[in-house]
Amino acid sequence: MEKEITNIIEMRHIVKDFNGFKANNDINLTLRKGEILALLGENGAGKSTLMSILSGLLEPTSGEIYVRGKKVDISGPNVATSLGIGMVHQHFMLAQAFTVLENIILGHETTKGLALDFKTAREKIVALSKQYGLAIDPDAKISDITVAQQQRVEILKVLYRGADILIFDEPTAVLTPQEITEFIKIMKNLAKEGKSIILITHKLKEIKESADRVTVIRAGKSIQTVNVADADDEQLAEMMVGHHVNFKLDKEEQHLGDTVLSVKDLHVNEDRGTEAVKGLSFNIRRGEILGLAGIDGNGQDELVEAITGLRHVESGSVNIKGQDLTNKPVRKITEAGVGHIPADRQKYGLILQLPISENMAIQTYYKEPYSKHGIMNEKAIREHARELIKKFDVRTTSEQLPASDLSGGNQQKAIIARELDRDADLIIAFQPTRGLDVGAIEYIHSQLLKQRDAGKAVLLISYELDEILQLSDRIIVLHDGAESGEVNPEQTNETELGLLMTGKNLKKEAAVND
Amino acid sequence: MIKVSPKAKRLLVPIVSVIAGFLVGAIIMLIWSYDPLQAYSSMFESALGSMNGIGETIRNATPLILIAIGFQISSAAGFFNIGLPGQAQAGWLTAIWIGLAWKNLPVYILLPIEIIAGIIAGALVAGIAGWLRAYFGTNEVISTIMLNYTVLYLCQYLHQDVMSKNLRIDTDTTKSIPANASLRIPSLSAAFGDSRISGGIFLALIGLVIFWFVMKKTTVGFEIKAVGLNPFASRYAGMSDKKNIIVSMLLSGAFCGLGGVIQGLGTYQNYFTQTTTLDIGWDGMSVALLGGMSAIGILLASILFSILKIGGLGMQTLAGIPYEIVSIVIAAIIFFVAISWAVGLLFKEKKTDKTATYLATAETDSRKANSQEGGQA
Repeated sequence: MEKEITNIIEMRHIVKDFNGFKANNDINLTLRKGEILALLGENGAGKSTLMSILSGLLEPTSGEIYVRGKKVDISGPNVATSLGIGMVHQHFMLAQAFTVLENIILGHETTKGLALDFKTAREKIVALSKQYGLAIDPDAKISDITVAQQQRVEILKVLYRGADILIFDEPTAVLTPQEITEFIKIMKNLAKEGKSIILITHKLKEIKESADRVTVIRAGKSIQTVNVADADDEQLAEMMVGHHVNFKLDKEEQHLGDTVLSVKDLHVNEDRGTEAVKGLSFNIRRGEILGLAGIDGNGQDELVEAITGLRHVESGSVNIKGQDLTNKPVRKITEAGVGHIPADRQKYGLILQLPISENMAIQTYYKEPYSKHGIMNEKAIREHARELIKKFDVRTTSEQLPASDLSGGNQQKAIIARELDRDADLIIAFQPTRGLDVGAIEYIHSQLLKQRDAGKAVLLISYELDEILQLSDRIIVLHDGAESGEVNPEQTNETELGLLMTGKNLKKEAAVND
Repeated sequence: MIKVSPKAKRLLVPIVSVIAGFLVGAIIMLIWSYDPLQAYSSMFESALGSMNGIGETIRNATPLILIAIGFQISSAAGFFNIGLPGQAQAGWLTAIWIGLAWKNLPVYILLPIEIIAGIIAGALVAGIAGWLRAYFGTNEVISTIMLNYTVLYLCQYLHQDVMSKNLRIDTDTTKSIPANASLRIPSLSAAFGDSRISGGIFLALIGLVIFWFVMKKTTVGFEIKAVGLNPFASRYAGMSDKKNIIVSMLLSGAFCGLGGVIQGLGTYQNYFTQTTTLDIGWDGMSVALLGGMSAIGILLASILFSILKIGGLGMQTLAGIPYEIVSIVIAAIIFFVAISWAVGLLFKEKKTDKTATYLATAETDSRKANSQEGGQA
C-alpha cells in the first residue's frame, strides 16, 4: 500500500439524536481518495442517516466532518454539491417524459441569454460518458430506456454537477446479474479516474467484488473497518448482525403431494391493454416451492394478480385444488385456501392508518368470532392479533398501534403471520424479503420452508436470484410474459439464470442448431 | 411557541382558533367603524339570550348535523359527495308530499312513512352517483353536482305540474302539513319560546349515535373506512369496491335525505319552490369539514355554525350591521376554525418523560431481542 494516504472525507464521532433515539452513536468513517468504500449494515443500522448527514440532508447532533482535510459544516444539499459530494439514490429521480440530456441538466441548466444552451451541455455530457465508460444516448427519453441505463443517467447527473465523491445507495437492487457486473465495472472505472466512492449495500458478494475497504455499522455504531481482502463473507455477516449467520438453509427431504395450483395457457393484459402474460402454464404440488425468476416487469405482477383474482384473465385457466377459480372474486379465491404475501406491503398488504389488530383480520373480519351479524367483536380481533404477534415475533408494544408504527421487517412479519395463520394450501410469496435485513430474511425464509415441509404449495416470485436459488425446489424463468426455461436449482447457476432472464435459452438454441 | 401537554393542546387549539376568528371579525368591524362589542353581544343575545333564540339555534343545527354525517360517510370511503343539497331536497319534497297526500293516517303510521320515504329519496339520488361511479367510473364530484340541478328542477316540475292542486296553496307553495304529519312537538316548541325547534333534534342525536356505531363497530363501517384509506389493500383483502361505493353513497344520501325531511316536517311544515340549491346542503358540508370524523366534533361544529347564523341575524337587526359585514365576520371565524392546524403550530407538545423513555426502551428492547434471537440461532 502507498505510504501517503489522503483521506478525502473524515467523519469523526458523529452522533445524530432523534428525540432521545441515537440513530448514529459515535460513528467514525474515513474515505480515501480513489477508493471504493463499502458501508455495510442492516436496515435501521444508521447507514442512511450517516449518508444523509454527509449529503447535507440532516445535521449531526455532534461530531465533526472533514473534507479534503478541512473542517466543514454541511448545512444543506447545496453545500454538499459545492464540496463535490453527490449521491445516487436508490429510487431514481428522473422525469419520465424528458430526455436523458434534459434530465441531467435539470436544475443546473447552462443558458445563453434566455435560451437553454443544449450544445455546451451535450458536449460536456458526451465527454463525461466517454471518460467514464457510461454509454448512453443523450436524446433518448427516460421512459424508453432500461433501468440500468437510467442508473447511468443518475450517475452522469452527479458527475455533471462536478462531484468527485460519489455515494451509491443500494445501487444493484434493481439490476440483473449481467447489469450488476457491468455496474461494478463502471464503479471501478470511476475509482480509477480518481473518484472516491461510498457504496451502501448489504450484499456481501458485491462488496467482495468491488470494494477496497468496508466499514460495518451496527445499531448506530461503527463496528469495524477492514480491508475487503482480509475478510470473508461469514465474518462480514457476523460483524453486521452481531451473531453467526446461517448461509446454507437446511432443506428437508421433499415429500410431494397432489397438485394444488394449476395454471393453464394463461393470458393476462396489463393496464394499458397490451398482453403481459403470454400463455403461461405450470403446476405446483403440495410440499414444493416453485420459484419464478425474472427481471422486474416481465409479467410477474400481472400473473400474481390474475391468480389471486385482482386482475381479469383474458384466456386460460387458474385451477386451485381442482376448483376452477379463473376470474372469480378475490374473496372466493382467498377462501379457497390462498395466502398471498404481496410485493408491495404498504400499498397492498396493509392499511397503514388502521391498527395492527384490524390489519390482521382484514380478510376474516366478516366471519365469526371477529364479527357477528355485522357487528365487529373488537376483543376477539385484538386477542387474535396478540396471539399472532407472539407466535410470529412481531416487535411492537401494542396491537392497537397503527401498522405504520411498525418497522418494515415487522410489517412484513405481520403480513406473513396473517397469511400463514389462515392455514392456506397455496402460499404466494411475492418479493417476500424486499428491503429487509439479514435477520428478518432468515426468519421469513425459514417460515416459507416450514410451509413447504408441512405439505403446502408455495409460489415464490422474487427478483433476488439468491433467494430463488436457496429456497426453490424447481425454478421457472419468466421473460416477456412467457416461460424462457425451467431449471433445477441444484444444477443451475447465476449465469444460466441471467441469460434465461434476458430471454436467451442456451439449451433450446443449442437444440435448434443441432 | 408555547409548550403544553398533548391533552391541553387538543383543547386549546379549537378554543384559540375560535377566539382568533372573533378577534379578526372585530378588527374588520372596527375598520368599518362598527362597535364589535355591541355586535358580538347582540350576536350571542339573539342566538343564546332567550329560549326562543336557543330553540332557533338548535333548529338550525338539526339538519346540518345529519347532512354533515352524510358527507362524512362518503368521504370516509374516499368520495366527495357534493350532492348534499339535492339529496336533502329530495327528502324534503317526498316527506311533505306524503304528509299532505295521506294526512288522514294516524301519526304513528304517517310520521314513520314520511321519514322513511324521505330517507329513501335522498339515498336514491346519491345512489345514482354511486352506481355511475361503480360501474362506469364517472367522477362522483361531477355527477353529484349535476344531480343537484337535476333534483332542483325535477322537484320544481313535480310540485308545480304533477302534484295535485288540492295539496297546494299556489304554484309555488304547498299547503302546510297537519299536526299528525309534523315533527313539531307542542310542549317542546312552548318550552323554547315558540321557536321552530322540532322532534327532529332527537332524530339528529340518534343519527350521531348510529353514525358512530356504524363507523366504529360494524363490518359495513370497517369496509367503508378500509376502502377510503387504502383501496388497493381493500381489494387485495377481498372487499368489493363496487359494493362499498354504492353502500357508502346510499348511506350518505340517506342521512342527507333525513336532513331534508326535518327541514320540511320540522322547520317549514311545507314545501315551496326553491330557486337555488339548498343552503343546508352547503352549510352541512362546512360543518362536516369543521367537525371532522367524530360525532362530537360534528355536534359542536353544527352548534357553532348555527350560533353564527342565528346570531348573525341579530347583528343586523340589533346592532345595525349590514349583512355583508356580518357575512365577512362569520366567514373569518369559520376560516380560523378551519385552519386550526395552523393555530396548532403555536403550541409545541411537551414530550413527557414517559414518551421519551418509551421511545428509548422500545429501541433497546428490539436490539436486545435481536441479539437474543441470534444467540438461539
